[in-house]
Amino acid sequence: MADKLQFDLVSPERVLVSDAVDMVVVPGSEGDFGVMAGHAPVMALLRPGLITTYENDRPARRIFVASGFAEVNPGGIIVLAENADDLGELPQERAMQMLRNAEEDLQSANAASEAERARLEQAVAIARARSEAYTAP
Amino acid sequence: MPSLKDQRARISSVKQTRKITSAMKLVAASKLKRAQEQAEASRPYATRMAQMLGNLAAGVQGQPEAPRLLAGTGEEQKYLLIVATADRGLCGGFNSSIARGARRRIQELQGQGKDVRLICVGRKGRDALRRDYGNLILHTYEGVAGKKRMEFADAHDIAERILEMFEAGEFDVCEIVFNRFVSAIRNELTFLQLVPAEIPQVQRTEAQAEEQSAPYEFEPDEEQILTELLPRNLGVQVYRALVENAASEQGARMAAMDSATRNAGDMIKRLTLTYNRTRQAQITKELIEIISGAEAV
Repeated sequence: MADKLQFDLVSPERVLVSDAVDMVVVPGSEGDFGVMAGHAPVMALLRPGLITTYENDRPARRIFVASGFAEVNPGGIIVLAENADDLGELPQERAMQMLRNAEEDLQSANAASEAERARLEQAVAIARARSEAYTAP
Repeated sequence: MPSLKDQRARISSVKQTRKITSAMKLVAASKLKRAQEQAEASRPYATRMAQMLGNLAAGVQGQPEAPRLLAGTGEEQKYLLIVATADRGLCGGFNSSIARGARRRIQELQGQGKDVRLICVGRKGRDALRRDYGNLILHTYEGVAGKKRMEFADAHDIAERILEMFEAGEFDVCEIVFNRFVSAIRNELTFLQLVPAEIPQVQRTEAQAEEQSAPYEFEPDEEQILTELLPRNLGVQVYRALVENAASEQGARMAAMDSATRNAGDMIKRLTLTYNRTRQAQITKELIEIISGAEAV
């Protein structure tokens, strides 16, 4: 595995990751896919899930994204995500806390409008996916 | 001629003012630096987004099923103008130039018989426009521009609101007016059309064009990605406008406070001169009185 792949993860506020890695596994909307150097150009929607980078055949970083886009071009892979949490930097208790907060918000907002409810439900789903990401293989 | 005591009080009050303005200048300078860094940090996302959109939009442009955010409603009757200003004053012509630009645009549009509605981001813009166009202002966001860091969440909220209104058919065209940051002492009044989205022309060198020749695969498909990407692009554009605005605001404030400090210095010099002259005149007068008194005896 000689060729490295340029992996950029950018959020609106800053560039989160810009690194040369061996492989990136991205949670595409229709299933996870791995990208290595020389991959065919792809544009994909992401679902809430984990981006895993690989170095020397081992997972190096695990980053949770709630949503986003990935663009694979000959130069590398670019992921646009509005927010992303590196699991190595976010303690699991904190993620659990975020999930509990989101669930409480949903329960306390019983009388809220349909749209508000849908938004909160989505927030819970994202928080749950994030906290479950820790136990994922 | 004011008394010596009055003059002394005047001088010390101007000195106090100078202290305040020079402190504000320093604060604005450090905030400017932060705002500038933020503007730079937000640029990669915006450019990437623009590139992706450019790639995608080329395929669907002109097709009847193109998303409405891209193609528009087919009418141009109802306009929504987002006026982004600062929450606070004391920054030279920053706020008033935006308000003036907005006012001109409103008149122009109304002159063409269009309906115009306003959303103000920042208190100063609302204050300036309230008297003439108070009935057009739908909503004012406060406390967005005053934060230490511009947060994407704020821009996201505003974008959501715009989207809701668009879905409800409340406007056909949406523009945002803000000051584009050029340098610390220069900014440029800018109108940016948000809806329908202006698609940046993707410029490539020939080598890049060749690289790009391999067609993209899309997952799930082009239209779906585009319908997800467009609302996000709106948020990004709003965010970019706000960040640029924040940097411009601090730059304008720095320049304004710099010249205020200089003016205060000049004023102190002038006042001290008059003060010394008056004092001298009084001493001379007293001496003359004593001498002529002694001569009279």
